[in-house]
Amino acid sequence: MSNLSDLSVRQALKLLQNGDISSLELTQSYLDRIQALEPQIKAFITLTPEMALAQAKSADLLRKNNPDGDLPALLGLPIAVKDVLALKNVRCTCGSRILENFIPAYTATTVQHLLDAGVVILGKTNTDEFAMGSSTENSAFQTTHNPWNQDHVPGGSSGGSAAAVSAGMAPVALGSDTGGSVRQPASFCGITGLKPTYGRVSRFGLIAYGSSLDSVGIFSHSAEDLAVIFEQIAGRDPKDATSMNIPVPAIHLDSNTDLRGVRIGVPTEYFITGIQADVEKNVRTAIQHFENLGAQIVEISLPHTEYALPVYYLIATAEASANLARFDGVRYGYSAEAASLWERFKQSRGRGFGSEVKRRIMLGTYALSAGYYDAYYGQAQKVRTLIKRDFEQAFEHVDAIATPVAPTTAFKIGEHTNDPLAMYLEDIFTLPTNLAGVPGLAFPVGFDHQGLPVGMQLMGPHFKEETLLKLVHAYQLSTQWHKSMPDL
Amino acid sequence: MQLTIQEVEHIAELAKLDLSDEEKEQYREQLSSILAYATMLQNVDTGDIPPTASVLPERSVLRADIVQEPLTPETVLQNAPHQKEQQFKVPIVMENGQ
Repeated sequence: MSNLSDLSVRQALKLLQNGDISSLELTQSYLDRIQALEPQIKAFITLTPEMALAQAKSADLLRKNNPDGDLPALLGLPIAVKDVLALKNVRCTCGSRILENFIPAYTATTVQHLLDAGVVILGKTNTDEFAMGSSTENSAFQTTHNPWNQDHVPGGSSGGSAAAVSAGMAPVALGSDTGGSVRQPASFCGITGLKPTYGRVSRFGLIAYGSSLDSVGIFSHSAEDLAVIFEQIAGRDPKDATSMNIPVPAIHLDSNTDLRGVRIGVPTEYFITGIQADVEKNVRTAIQHFENLGAQIVEISLPHTEYALPVYYLIATAEASANLARFDGVRYGYSAEAASLWERFKQSRGRGFGSEVKRRIMLGTYALSAGYYDAYYGQAQKVRTLIKRDFEQAFEHVDAIATPVAPTTAFKIGEHTNDPLAMYLEDIFTLPTNLAGVPGLAFPVGFDHQGLPVGMQLMGPHFKEETLLKLVHAYQLSTQWHKSMPDL
Repeated sequence: MQLTIQEVEHIAELAKLDLSDEEKEQYREQLSSILAYATMLQNVDTGDIPPTASVLPERSVLRADIVQEPLTPETVLQNAPHQKEQQFKVPIVMENGQ
Protein backbone atom coordinates (compact mmCIF):
# COMPACT_ATOMS: atom_id res chain seq x y z
CA MET A 1 0.00 0.00 0.00
CA SER A 2 1.83 3.05 -1.30
CA ASN A 3 -0.83 5.56 -0.42
CA LEU A 4 -3.97 5.49 1.68
CA SER A 5 -5.81 7.25 -1.13
CA ASP A 6 -5.39 4.19 -3.39
CA LEU A 7 -7.70 2.18 -1.13
CA SER A 8 -11.00 0.86 -2.35
CA VAL A 9 -14.10 1.57 -0.27
CA ARG A 10 -14.18 -2.02 0.97
CA GLN A 11 -10.48 -2.00 1.85
CA ALA A 12 -10.79 1.32 3.67
CA LEU A 13 -13.81 0.14 5.65
CA LYS A 14 -12.00 -3.05 6.63
CA LEU A 15 -8.91 -1.17 7.85
CA LEU A 16 -11.17 1.18 9.83
CA GLN A 17 -13.12 -1.72 11.33
CA ASN A 18 -9.94 -3.57 12.31
CA GLY A 19 -8.49 -0.45 13.89
CA ASP A 20 -5.53 -0.53 11.48
CA ILE A 21 -6.16 3.10 10.58
CA SER A 22 -8.26 5.82 12.14
CA SER A 23 -10.77 7.89 10.22
CA LEU A 24 -8.69 10.92 11.16
CA GLU A 25 -5.62 9.44 9.45
CA LEU A 26 -7.62 8.42 6.40
CA THR A 27 -9.38 11.79 6.15
CA GLN A 28 -6.11 13.68 6.60
CA SER A 29 -4.49 11.63 3.84
CA TYR A 30 -7.29 12.60 1.42
CA LEU A 31 -7.11 16.25 2.50
CA ASP A 32 -3.34 16.18 1.90
CA ARG A 33 -3.82 14.70 -1.54
CA ILE A 34 -6.51 17.28 -2.34
CA GLN A 35 -4.18 20.06 -1.24
CA ALA A 36 -1.42 18.73 -3.48
CA LEU A 37 -3.55 18.09 -6.58
CA GLU A 38 -6.39 20.60 -6.44
CA PRO A 39 -4.39 23.48 -8.00
CA GLN A 40 -4.11 21.43 -11.22
CA ILE A 41 -7.33 19.37 -11.17
CA LYS A 42 -9.81 21.96 -9.77
CA ALA A 43 -12.36 19.32 -8.78
CA PHE A 44 -13.92 21.15 -5.82
CA ILE A 45 -15.95 24.34 -5.56
CA THR A 46 -16.01 24.26 -1.76
CA LEU A 47 -13.71 22.28 0.51
CA THR A 48 -14.89 21.45 4.04
CA PRO A 49 -11.70 20.32 5.84
CA GLU A 50 -12.75 21.51 9.31
CA MET A 51 -16.07 19.72 9.12
CA ALA A 52 -14.37 16.63 7.69
CA LEU A 53 -11.82 16.43 10.50
CA ALA A 54 -14.56 16.95 13.12
CA GLN A 55 -16.68 14.19 11.54
CA ALA A 56 -13.61 11.91 11.43
CA LYS A 57 -12.88 12.53 15.11
CA SER A 58 -16.51 11.78 16.02
CA ALA A 59 -16.38 8.59 13.97
CA ASP A 60 -13.19 7.46 15.72
CA LEU A 61 -14.68 8.27 19.12
CA LEU A 62 -17.87 6.36 18.37
CA ARG A 63 -15.83 3.34 17.29
CA LYS A 64 -13.57 3.55 20.35
CA ASN A 65 -16.52 3.74 22.73
CA ASN A 66 -18.36 0.85 21.08
CA PRO A 67 -15.74 -1.87 20.57
CA ASP A 68 -18.38 -4.59 20.24
CA GLY A 69 -21.25 -2.38 19.15
CA ASP A 70 -23.32 -2.33 16.01
CA LEU A 71 -21.74 0.61 14.21
CA PRO A 72 -22.97 2.54 11.15
CA ALA A 73 -21.97 0.81 7.90
CA LEU A 74 -19.70 3.52 6.50
CA LEU A 75 -18.33 4.89 9.76
CA GLY A 76 -15.33 7.13 9.07
CA LEU A 77 -15.34 6.83 5.26
CA PRO A 78 -14.51 10.09 3.41
CA ILE A 79 -16.67 11.06 0.43
CA ALA A 80 -17.17 14.01 -1.94
CA VAL A 81 -20.55 15.44 -2.96
CA LYS A 82 -21.50 17.18 -6.19
CA ASP A 83 -22.42 20.79 -5.55
CA VAL A 84 -26.03 20.35 -6.64
CA LEU A 85 -26.94 18.30 -3.54
CA ALA A 86 -27.86 20.32 -0.48
CA LEU A 87 -25.89 19.94 2.74
CA LYS A 88 -27.30 22.00 5.57
CA ASN A 89 -25.28 25.13 6.40
CA VAL A 90 -22.67 24.49 3.67
CA ARG A 91 -22.74 26.74 0.60
CA CYS A 92 -24.42 25.08 -2.41
CA THR A 93 -23.71 26.89 -5.68
CA CYS A 94 -24.83 24.51 -8.47
CA GLY A 95 -21.83 25.97 -10.31
CA SER A 96 -23.80 29.20 -10.74
CA ARG A 97 -23.22 32.84 -9.86
CA ILE A 98 -26.91 33.10 -9.04
CA LEU A 99 -26.36 30.75 -6.06
CA GLU A 100 -22.79 31.82 -5.24
CA ASN A 101 -23.68 32.52 -1.60
CA PHE A 102 -26.67 30.20 -1.10
CA ILE A 103 -26.70 28.35 2.25
CA PRO A 104 -29.24 25.46 2.30
CA ALA A 105 -31.48 25.10 5.33
CA TYR A 106 -31.69 21.32 4.94
CA THR A 107 -29.73 18.31 3.71
CA ALA A 108 -30.52 16.16 0.66
CA THR A 109 -31.93 12.76 1.62
CA THR A 110 -29.12 10.86 -0.13
CA VAL A 111 -26.48 12.90 1.69
CA GLN A 112 -28.35 12.46 4.98
CA HIS A 113 -28.44 8.67 4.49
CA LEU A 114 -24.66 8.70 4.05
CA LEU A 115 -24.18 10.96 7.08
CA ASP A 116 -26.35 8.59 9.10
CA ALA A 117 -24.10 5.77 7.88
CA GLY A 118 -21.11 7.64 9.32
CA VAL A 119 -19.35 9.27 6.36
CA VAL A 120 -16.95 12.20 6.43
CA ILE A 121 -17.62 14.92 3.82
CA LEU A 122 -14.49 16.34 2.17
CA GLY A 123 -16.21 18.98 0.06
CA LYS A 124 -18.59 19.94 -2.72
CA THR A 125 -17.45 19.20 -6.26
CA ASN A 126 -17.48 21.21 -9.46
CA THR A 127 -20.32 20.93 -11.96
CA ASP A 128 -21.57 22.52 -15.12
CA GLU A 129 -23.99 25.25 -14.08
CA PHE A 130 -27.20 23.60 -12.83
CA ALA A 131 -25.82 20.30 -14.18
CA MET A 132 -26.26 21.53 -17.76
CA GLY A 133 -23.25 20.44 -19.74
CA SER A 134 -20.89 17.65 -20.68
CA SER A 135 -17.49 19.04 -19.67
CA THR A 136 -17.67 21.30 -16.53
CA GLU A 137 -16.78 24.19 -18.85
CA ASN A 138 -20.19 25.72 -18.04
CA SER A 139 -19.30 26.08 -14.35
CA ALA A 140 -19.30 29.75 -13.39
CA PHE A 141 -16.23 29.16 -11.22
CA GLN A 142 -13.71 26.88 -12.93
CA THR A 143 -13.16 24.11 -15.44
CA THR A 144 -12.08 20.80 -13.93
CA HIS A 145 -9.15 19.08 -15.64
CA ASN A 146 -9.09 15.40 -16.57
CA PRO A 147 -6.57 13.60 -14.32
CA TRP A 148 -5.46 11.42 -17.26
CA ASN A 149 -4.55 14.39 -19.42
CA GLN A 150 -5.03 17.84 -18.03
CA ASP A 151 -5.57 19.46 -21.45
CA HIS A 152 -8.79 17.47 -21.67
CA VAL A 153 -12.18 17.83 -19.98
CA PRO A 154 -13.28 15.38 -17.27
CA GLY A 155 -16.74 15.13 -18.82
CA GLY A 156 -19.82 16.52 -17.19
CA SER A 157 -21.85 17.66 -15.66
CA SER A 158 -20.54 15.77 -12.58
CA GLY A 159 -16.95 16.26 -13.77
CA GLY A 160 -15.68 17.44 -10.38
CA SER A 161 -16.85 14.27 -8.63
CA ALA A 162 -15.44 12.05 -11.41
CA ALA A 163 -12.06 13.79 -11.44
CA ALA A 164 -11.85 13.70 -7.63
CA VAL A 165 -12.37 9.91 -7.54
CA SER A 166 -10.13 9.31 -10.56
CA ALA A 167 -7.31 11.36 -9.01
CA GLY A 168 -7.59 9.62 -5.64
CA MET A 169 -8.89 12.76 -3.92
CA ALA A 170 -11.92 10.81 -2.63
CA PRO A 171 -12.72 7.08 -2.71
CA VAL A 172 -16.35 7.70 -3.65
CA ALA A 173 -18.46 10.65 -4.72
CA LEU A 174 -22.09 11.47 -5.34
CA GLY A 175 -23.18 13.00 -8.64
CA SER A 176 -26.40 13.57 -10.53
CA ASP A 177 -27.41 12.23 -13.94
CA THR A 178 -30.14 13.83 -16.06
CA GLY A 179 -28.83 12.81 -19.48
CA GLY A 180 -25.52 11.10 -18.74
CA SER A 181 -23.94 13.41 -16.18
CA VAL A 182 -22.62 10.51 -14.07
CA ARG A 183 -21.85 7.94 -16.77
CA GLN A 184 -20.08 10.18 -19.31
CA PRO A 185 -17.62 11.73 -16.79
CA ALA A 186 -17.05 8.26 -15.27
CA SER A 187 -16.12 7.08 -18.76
CA PHE A 188 -13.89 10.09 -19.49
CA CYS A 189 -12.08 9.69 -16.15
CA GLY A 190 -11.70 5.88 -16.22
CA ILE A 191 -13.88 5.07 -13.21
CA THR A 192 -17.14 3.26 -12.49
CA GLY A 193 -20.39 5.23 -12.24
CA LEU A 194 -24.00 4.24 -11.55
CA LYS A 195 -27.18 6.03 -12.60
CA PRO A 196 -29.92 4.20 -10.69
CA THR A 197 -33.47 3.66 -11.93
CA TYR A 198 -35.62 6.82 -11.87
CA GLY A 199 -37.57 6.57 -8.59
CA ARG A 200 -35.01 4.31 -6.88
CA VAL A 201 -33.14 7.10 -5.08
CA SER A 202 -34.66 10.20 -3.49
CA ARG A 203 -34.30 13.50 -5.33
CA PHE A 204 -35.13 15.56 -2.23
CA GLY A 205 -32.42 18.19 -1.85
CA LEU A 206 -31.10 17.64 -5.37
CA ILE A 207 -31.55 21.06 -6.93
CA ALA A 208 -33.82 20.31 -9.87
CA TYR A 209 -32.86 20.43 -13.54
CA GLY A 210 -35.23 18.06 -15.40
CA SER A 211 -37.51 16.56 -12.79
CA SER A 212 -38.74 13.57 -14.83
CA LEU A 213 -35.13 12.65 -15.73
CA ASP A 214 -32.93 13.55 -12.73
CA SER A 215 -31.27 10.75 -10.70
CA VAL A 216 -28.67 10.91 -7.95
CA GLY A 217 -25.75 8.67 -8.92
CA ILE A 218 -22.47 7.37 -7.52
CA PHE A 219 -18.82 7.28 -8.62
CA SER A 220 -16.17 4.89 -7.40
CA HIS A 221 -13.45 2.60 -8.73
CA SER A 222 -15.50 -0.60 -8.93
CA ALA A 223 -18.99 -2.09 -9.02
CA GLU A 224 -18.23 -3.66 -5.65
CA ASP A 225 -17.67 -0.22 -4.09
CA LEU A 226 -20.75 1.26 -5.79
CA ALA A 227 -22.89 -1.52 -4.32
CA VAL A 228 -21.84 -0.58 -0.78
CA ILE A 229 -22.94 3.04 -1.29
CA PHE A 230 -26.03 2.23 -3.39
CA GLU A 231 -27.50 0.11 -0.60
CA GLN A 232 -27.30 3.12 1.71
CA ILE A 233 -28.90 5.75 -0.54
CA ALA A 234 -31.62 3.72 -2.31
CA GLY A 235 -35.21 3.45 -1.16
CA ARG A 236 -38.47 5.29 -0.61
CA ASP A 237 -38.37 8.80 0.82
CA PRO A 238 -41.57 10.42 2.10
CA LYS A 239 -40.11 13.76 0.95
CA ASP A 240 -39.96 12.65 -2.71
CA ALA A 241 -43.32 11.49 -4.08
CA THR A 242 -41.56 9.98 -7.11
CA SER A 243 -39.38 7.69 -5.02
CA MET A 244 -40.75 4.16 -5.18
CA ASN A 245 -41.55 1.81 -2.34
CA ILE A 246 -39.71 -1.16 -3.82
CA PRO A 247 -37.43 -3.20 -1.54
CA VAL A 248 -33.71 -2.60 -2.06
CA PRO A 249 -31.94 -5.96 -2.23
CA ALA A 250 -28.87 -6.61 -0.11
CA ILE A 251 -26.40 -6.94 -2.96
CA HIS A 252 -24.14 -9.97 -2.61
CA LEU A 253 -21.21 -9.85 -4.99
CA ASP A 254 -19.24 -13.07 -4.76
CA SER A 255 -16.22 -14.38 -6.63
CA ASN A 256 -18.32 -16.10 -9.28
CA THR A 257 -17.45 -15.01 -12.81
CA ASP A 258 -19.55 -17.65 -14.57
CA LEU A 259 -22.09 -15.71 -16.62
CA ARG A 260 -23.73 -18.70 -18.32
CA GLY A 261 -27.46 -18.10 -18.66
CA VAL A 262 -27.09 -14.31 -18.89
CA ARG A 263 -28.22 -12.64 -22.13
CA ILE A 264 -26.64 -9.32 -23.12
CA GLY A 265 -28.13 -7.33 -26.01
CA VAL A 266 -26.01 -5.22 -28.34
CA PRO A 267 -28.11 -2.60 -30.18
CA THR A 268 -27.00 -1.92 -33.75
CA GLU A 269 -28.12 1.73 -33.44
CA TYR A 270 -25.32 2.45 -30.92
CA PHE A 271 -22.48 1.49 -33.24
CA ILE A 272 -22.78 4.29 -35.74
CA THR A 273 -20.60 6.21 -38.14
CA GLY A 274 -18.78 8.93 -36.28
CA ILE A 275 -17.98 6.80 -33.25
CA GLN A 276 -14.25 6.98 -32.46
CA ALA A 277 -12.48 3.81 -33.69
CA ASP A 278 -10.70 3.21 -30.37
CA VAL A 279 -14.02 3.43 -28.53
CA GLU A 280 -15.71 0.84 -30.74
CA LYS A 281 -12.70 -1.50 -30.64
CA ASN A 282 -12.38 -1.48 -26.84
CA VAL A 283 -16.14 -1.84 -26.28
CA ARG A 284 -16.32 -4.74 -28.76
CA THR A 285 -13.41 -6.39 -26.96
CA ALA A 286 -15.20 -6.00 -23.63
CA ILE A 287 -18.39 -7.48 -25.08
CA GLN A 288 -16.27 -10.44 -26.27
CA HIS A 289 -14.95 -10.74 -22.71
CA PHE A 290 -18.52 -11.05 -21.39
CA GLU A 291 -19.08 -13.78 -23.98
CA ASN A 292 -15.91 -15.54 -22.81
CA LEU A 293 -17.34 -15.48 -19.27
CA GLY A 294 -20.36 -17.40 -20.57
CA ALA A 295 -22.87 -14.66 -21.38
CA GLN A 296 -24.88 -15.00 -24.55
CA ILE A 297 -24.48 -11.95 -26.79
CA VAL A 298 -27.58 -11.08 -28.83
CA GLU A 299 -27.88 -8.43 -31.51
CA ILE A 300 -30.95 -6.27 -30.79
CA SER A 301 -32.59 -3.13 -32.13
CA LEU A 302 -33.70 0.02 -30.29
CA PRO A 303 -35.23 1.60 -33.38
CA HIS A 304 -36.05 5.05 -31.98
CA THR A 305 -32.55 5.76 -30.67
CA GLU A 306 -31.84 8.54 -33.20
CA TYR A 307 -34.75 10.58 -31.78
CA ALA A 308 -33.46 10.53 -28.21
CA LEU A 309 -31.31 13.64 -28.63
CA PRO A 310 -34.05 16.03 -29.84
CA VAL A 311 -36.59 14.48 -27.44
CA TYR A 312 -34.21 14.98 -24.54
CA TYR A 313 -33.30 18.55 -25.40
CA LEU A 314 -36.99 19.54 -25.70
CA ILE A 315 -38.21 17.75 -22.55
CA ALA A 316 -35.21 18.51 -20.31
CA THR A 317 -35.14 22.19 -21.28
CA ALA A 318 -38.93 22.53 -20.90
CA GLU A 319 -38.69 21.11 -17.39
CA ALA A 320 -35.64 23.27 -16.67
CA SER A 321 -37.42 26.43 -17.80
CA ALA A 322 -40.12 25.71 -15.20
CA ASN A 323 -37.75 24.54 -12.46
CA LEU A 324 -35.42 27.52 -12.81
CA ALA A 325 -38.30 30.00 -12.64
CA ARG A 326 -37.75 29.92 -8.86
CA PHE A 327 -34.52 31.91 -9.21
CA ASP A 328 -36.01 35.38 -9.17
CA GLY A 329 -33.79 37.37 -6.81
CA VAL A 330 -36.46 37.44 -4.09
CA ARG A 331 -36.09 34.41 -1.80
CA TYR A 332 -32.46 33.52 -2.41
CA GLY A 333 -29.61 34.07 -4.78
CA TYR A 334 -28.24 37.01 -6.74
CA SER A 335 -30.62 39.98 -6.74
CA ALA A 336 -30.16 42.91 -9.09
CA GLU A 337 -30.94 46.42 -7.89
CA ALA A 338 -33.94 47.46 -9.94
CA ALA A 339 -36.80 49.90 -9.58
CA SER A 340 -39.59 47.46 -10.41
CA LEU A 341 -40.23 43.83 -9.54
CA TRP A 342 -40.32 42.69 -13.17
CA GLU A 343 -36.99 44.41 -13.86
CA ARG A 344 -35.53 42.74 -10.78
CA PHE A 345 -36.61 39.32 -12.08
CA LYS A 346 -35.21 39.92 -15.55
CA GLN A 347 -31.92 41.51 -14.50
CA SER A 348 -31.25 39.04 -11.68
CA ARG A 349 -31.79 36.13 -14.06
CA GLY A 350 -30.09 37.77 -17.03
CA ARG A 351 -26.91 38.46 -15.04
CA GLY A 352 -27.03 35.56 -12.58
CA PHE A 353 -27.34 32.71 -15.10
CA GLY A 354 -24.55 31.74 -17.49
CA SER A 355 -24.96 31.37 -21.23
CA GLU A 356 -25.76 27.63 -21.42
CA VAL A 357 -28.42 27.88 -18.72
CA LYS A 358 -30.03 30.84 -20.47
CA ARG A 359 -29.86 28.95 -23.79
CA ARG A 360 -31.70 25.98 -22.28
CA ILE A 361 -34.29 28.15 -20.51
CA MET A 362 -34.94 29.89 -23.85
CA LEU A 363 -35.25 26.59 -25.73
CA GLY A 364 -37.56 25.10 -23.09
CA THR A 365 -39.69 28.23 -22.94
CA TYR A 366 -40.05 28.15 -26.72
CA ALA A 367 -41.02 24.45 -26.68
CA LEU A 368 -43.73 25.18 -24.11
CA SER A 369 -45.00 28.43 -25.61
CA ALA A 370 -48.40 28.95 -27.20
CA GLY A 371 -48.46 27.79 -30.79
CA TYR A 372 -45.41 25.51 -30.45
CA TYR A 373 -46.36 23.28 -27.51
CA ASP A 374 -47.96 20.49 -29.57
CA ALA A 375 -45.33 20.48 -32.29
CA TYR A 376 -42.33 20.43 -29.95
CA TYR A 377 -43.02 19.48 -26.32
CA GLY A 378 -46.13 17.37 -27.01
CA GLN A 379 -44.52 15.48 -29.88
CA ALA A 380 -41.35 14.94 -27.83
CA GLN A 381 -43.41 13.37 -25.02
CA LYS A 382 -45.02 10.97 -27.50
CA VAL A 383 -41.71 9.95 -29.05
CA ARG A 384 -40.44 9.46 -25.48
CA THR A 385 -43.12 6.77 -25.15
CA LEU A 386 -41.71 5.02 -28.23
CA ILE A 387 -38.16 5.16 -26.81
CA LYS A 388 -39.40 3.72 -23.53
CA ARG A 389 -41.21 0.92 -25.37
CA ASP A 390 -38.02 0.08 -27.29
CA PHE A 391 -36.39 -0.73 -23.95
CA GLU A 392 -39.40 -2.64 -22.58
CA GLN A 393 -39.45 -4.82 -25.68
CA ALA A 394 -35.69 -5.39 -25.60
CA PHE A 395 -35.74 -6.42 -21.93
CA GLU A 396 -38.26 -9.15 -22.73
CA HIS A 397 -35.35 -10.92 -24.42
CA VAL A 398 -32.15 -9.76 -22.68
CA ASP A 399 -30.97 -9.13 -19.10
CA ALA A 400 -28.80 -6.15 -19.98
CA ILE A 401 -27.86 -3.98 -22.96
CA ALA A 402 -24.21 -3.17 -23.74
CA THR A 403 -23.14 0.03 -25.53
CA PRO A 404 -20.36 2.61 -25.50
CA VAL A 405 -20.90 5.39 -22.91
CA ALA A 406 -20.00 8.15 -25.35
CA PRO A 407 -18.95 8.28 -29.00
CA THR A 408 -15.54 9.71 -28.08
CA THR A 409 -13.02 9.73 -25.27
CA ALA A 410 -12.43 12.95 -23.32
CA PHE A 411 -12.20 15.87 -25.73
CA LYS A 412 -9.94 18.89 -25.32
CA ILE A 413 -10.90 21.83 -23.15
CA GLY A 414 -12.43 24.45 -25.47
CA GLU A 415 -13.04 22.02 -28.35
CA HIS A 416 -16.86 22.25 -28.33
CA THR A 417 -17.55 25.49 -26.46
CA ASN A 418 -18.74 27.41 -29.55
CA ASP A 419 -20.97 24.66 -30.92
CA PRO A 420 -23.75 23.63 -28.52
CA LEU A 421 -25.11 20.95 -30.86
CA ALA A 422 -21.71 19.23 -31.09
CA MET A 423 -21.53 19.26 -27.29
CA TYR A 424 -25.05 17.80 -27.05
CA LEU A 425 -24.02 14.95 -29.39
CA GLU A 426 -21.56 13.73 -26.72
CA ASP A 427 -24.62 12.49 -24.81
CA ILE A 428 -26.37 10.47 -27.53
CA PHE A 429 -25.69 7.08 -25.90
CA THR A 430 -26.63 8.09 -22.36
CA LEU A 431 -29.80 10.16 -22.94
CA PRO A 432 -32.13 7.24 -23.84
CA THR A 433 -31.58 5.70 -20.39
CA ASN A 434 -32.97 8.80 -18.65
CA LEU A 435 -35.88 9.06 -21.09
CA ALA A 436 -36.82 5.43 -20.33
CA GLY A 437 -35.98 5.76 -16.61
CA VAL A 438 -33.85 2.59 -16.62
CA PRO A 439 -30.55 2.19 -14.73
CA GLY A 440 -27.15 2.53 -16.41
CA LEU A 441 -23.68 1.59 -15.25
CA ALA A 442 -20.48 2.94 -16.84
CA PHE A 443 -17.12 1.26 -16.32
CA PRO A 444 -13.64 1.41 -17.89
CA VAL A 445 -12.74 -1.11 -20.60
CA GLY A 446 -9.45 0.20 -22.01
CA PHE A 447 -7.63 3.22 -23.38
CA ASP A 448 -7.49 5.05 -26.71
CA HIS A 449 -4.26 5.77 -28.62
CA GLN A 450 -3.78 8.97 -26.58
CA GLY A 451 -3.95 7.05 -23.29
CA LEU A 452 -7.43 8.34 -22.44
CA PRO A 453 -9.93 5.94 -20.84
CA VAL A 454 -12.73 4.28 -22.82
CA GLY A 455 -15.96 3.44 -21.02
CA MET A 456 -18.69 0.91 -21.64
CA GLN A 457 -22.29 1.18 -20.50
CA LEU A 458 -24.60 -1.58 -19.33
CA MET A 459 -28.28 -0.70 -19.12
CA GLY A 460 -30.85 -2.83 -17.31
CA PRO A 461 -34.58 -3.11 -16.68
CA HIS A 462 -36.21 -0.85 -14.10
CA PHE A 463 -34.97 -1.54 -10.54
CA LYS A 464 -32.41 -4.14 -11.71
CA GLU A 465 -29.29 -2.28 -10.56
CA GLU A 466 -28.20 -5.51 -8.87
CA THR A 467 -27.99 -7.30 -12.24
CA LEU A 468 -25.75 -4.56 -13.66
CA LEU A 469 -23.52 -4.48 -10.58
CA LYS A 470 -23.12 -8.29 -10.68
CA LEU A 471 -22.23 -8.31 -14.37
CA VAL A 472 -19.68 -5.51 -14.02
CA HIS A 473 -18.28 -7.13 -10.87
CA ALA A 474 -17.68 -10.34 -12.84
CA TYR A 475 -15.93 -8.29 -15.54
CA GLN A 476 -13.79 -6.45 -12.98
CA LEU A 477 -12.84 -9.67 -11.18
CA SER A 478 -11.38 -10.94 -14.46
CA THR A 479 -9.84 -7.71 -15.85
CA GLN A 480 -7.62 -4.92 -14.55
CA TRP A 481 -8.86 -1.75 -16.30
CA HIS A 482 -10.65 -0.41 -13.21
CA LYS A 483 -7.39 -0.60 -11.25
CA SER A 484 -5.54 1.78 -13.59
CA MET A 485 -4.85 5.12 -11.94
CA PRO A 486 -3.57 8.28 -13.63
CA ASP A 487 0.05 9.16 -12.98
CA LEU A 488 -0.17 12.33 -10.88
CA MET B 1 -36.33 27.10 -39.23
CA GLN B 2 -35.03 30.62 -38.66
CA LEU B 3 -36.10 32.56 -35.58
CA THR B 4 -36.35 36.34 -35.80
CA ILE B 5 -34.93 38.74 -33.22
CA GLN B 6 -38.53 39.62 -32.32
CA GLU B 7 -39.26 35.95 -31.56
CA VAL B 8 -36.12 35.73 -29.43
CA GLU B 9 -37.22 38.85 -27.54
CA HIS B 10 -40.69 37.36 -27.03
CA ILE B 11 -39.23 34.14 -25.57
CA ALA B 12 -36.84 36.13 -23.36
CA GLU B 13 -39.81 38.15 -22.08
CA LEU B 14 -41.76 34.96 -21.29
CA ALA B 15 -38.69 33.53 -19.52
CA LYS B 16 -37.99 36.84 -17.73
CA LEU B 17 -34.41 37.01 -18.98
CA ASP B 18 -32.70 40.33 -19.66
CA LEU B 19 -30.46 39.67 -22.67
CA SER B 20 -27.86 41.85 -24.37
CA ASP B 21 -28.07 42.47 -28.14
CA GLU B 22 -25.14 40.08 -28.67
CA GLU B 23 -26.88 37.38 -26.65
CA LYS B 24 -30.08 37.83 -28.64
CA GLU B 25 -28.24 37.38 -31.93
CA GLN B 26 -26.25 34.42 -30.59
CA TYR B 27 -29.38 32.66 -29.29
CA ARG B 28 -31.24 33.44 -32.50
CA GLU B 29 -28.62 31.53 -34.49
CA GLN B 30 -28.11 28.69 -32.00
CA LEU B 31 -31.78 28.09 -31.19
CA SER B 32 -32.58 28.16 -34.91
CA SER B 33 -30.09 25.39 -35.61
CA ILE B 34 -31.16 23.30 -32.58
CA LEU B 35 -34.84 23.65 -33.55
CA ALA B 36 -34.00 22.74 -37.15
CA TYR B 37 -32.38 19.57 -35.84
CA ALA B 38 -35.47 18.85 -33.71
CA THR B 39 -37.79 18.99 -36.73
CA MET B 40 -36.80 15.35 -37.38
CA LEU B 41 -39.40 14.51 -34.70
CA GLN B 42 -42.14 15.68 -37.09
CA ASN B 43 -41.33 12.62 -39.23
CA VAL B 44 -42.33 10.19 -36.49
CA ASP B 45 -45.87 8.82 -36.71
CA THR B 46 -47.27 9.28 -33.20
CA GLY B 47 -50.95 9.14 -34.15
CA ASP B 48 -52.21 6.87 -31.35
CA ILE B 49 -49.16 7.09 -29.05
CA PRO B 50 -49.85 8.54 -25.60
CA PRO B 51 -47.37 11.08 -24.22
CA THR B 52 -44.97 10.11 -21.41
CA ALA B 53 -44.71 12.73 -18.65
CA SER B 54 -43.27 10.32 -16.10
CA VAL B 55 -41.78 6.84 -16.51
CA LEU B 56 -43.32 5.72 -13.22
CA PRO B 57 -46.67 3.98 -12.97
CA GLU B 58 -49.39 6.56 -12.35
CA ARG B 59 -50.40 6.46 -8.73
CA SER B 60 -51.56 8.71 -5.96
CA VAL B 61 -49.04 9.39 -3.20
CA LEU B 62 -50.53 10.42 0.12
CA ARG B 63 -49.19 10.76 3.62
CA ALA B 64 -50.83 10.98 7.00
CA ASP B 65 -51.83 14.55 7.86
CA ILE B 66 -49.57 14.96 10.87
CA VAL B 67 -48.40 18.33 12.15
CA GLN B 68 -44.63 18.58 11.93
CA GLU B 69 -42.09 21.08 13.12
CA PRO B 70 -41.73 23.72 10.37
CA LEU B 71 -38.60 25.71 9.55
CA THR B 72 -38.32 28.90 11.61
CA PRO B 73 -38.93 32.27 9.88
CA GLU B 74 -35.24 33.09 10.43
CA THR B 75 -34.21 29.90 8.59
CA VAL B 76 -36.64 30.50 5.75
CA LEU B 77 -35.31 34.04 5.35
CA GLN B 78 -31.62 33.22 5.82
CA ASN B 79 -30.86 33.58 2.10
CA ALA B 80 -33.22 36.47 1.35
CA PRO B 81 -31.36 39.29 -0.45
CA HIS B 82 -33.84 41.84 0.93
CA GLN B 83 -36.07 41.36 3.94
CA LYS B 84 -38.09 43.37 6.41
CA GLU B 85 -40.06 42.33 9.49
CA GLN B 86 -39.78 38.61 8.73
CA GLN B 87 -40.93 39.04 5.16
CA PHE B 88 -39.30 38.93 1.73
CA LYS B 89 -39.00 42.51 0.54
CA VAL B 90 -39.56 43.39 -3.13
CA PRO B 91 -39.86 46.67 -5.07
CA ILE B 92 -43.31 48.24 -5.32
CA VAL B 93 -45.62 46.08 -7.41
CA MET B 94 -48.64 48.41 -7.55
CA GLU B 95 -48.27 52.19 -7.55
CA ASN B 96 -50.11 54.65 -5.27
CA GLY B 97 -50.95 52.05 -2.67
CA GLN B 98 -53.66 50.50 -4.84
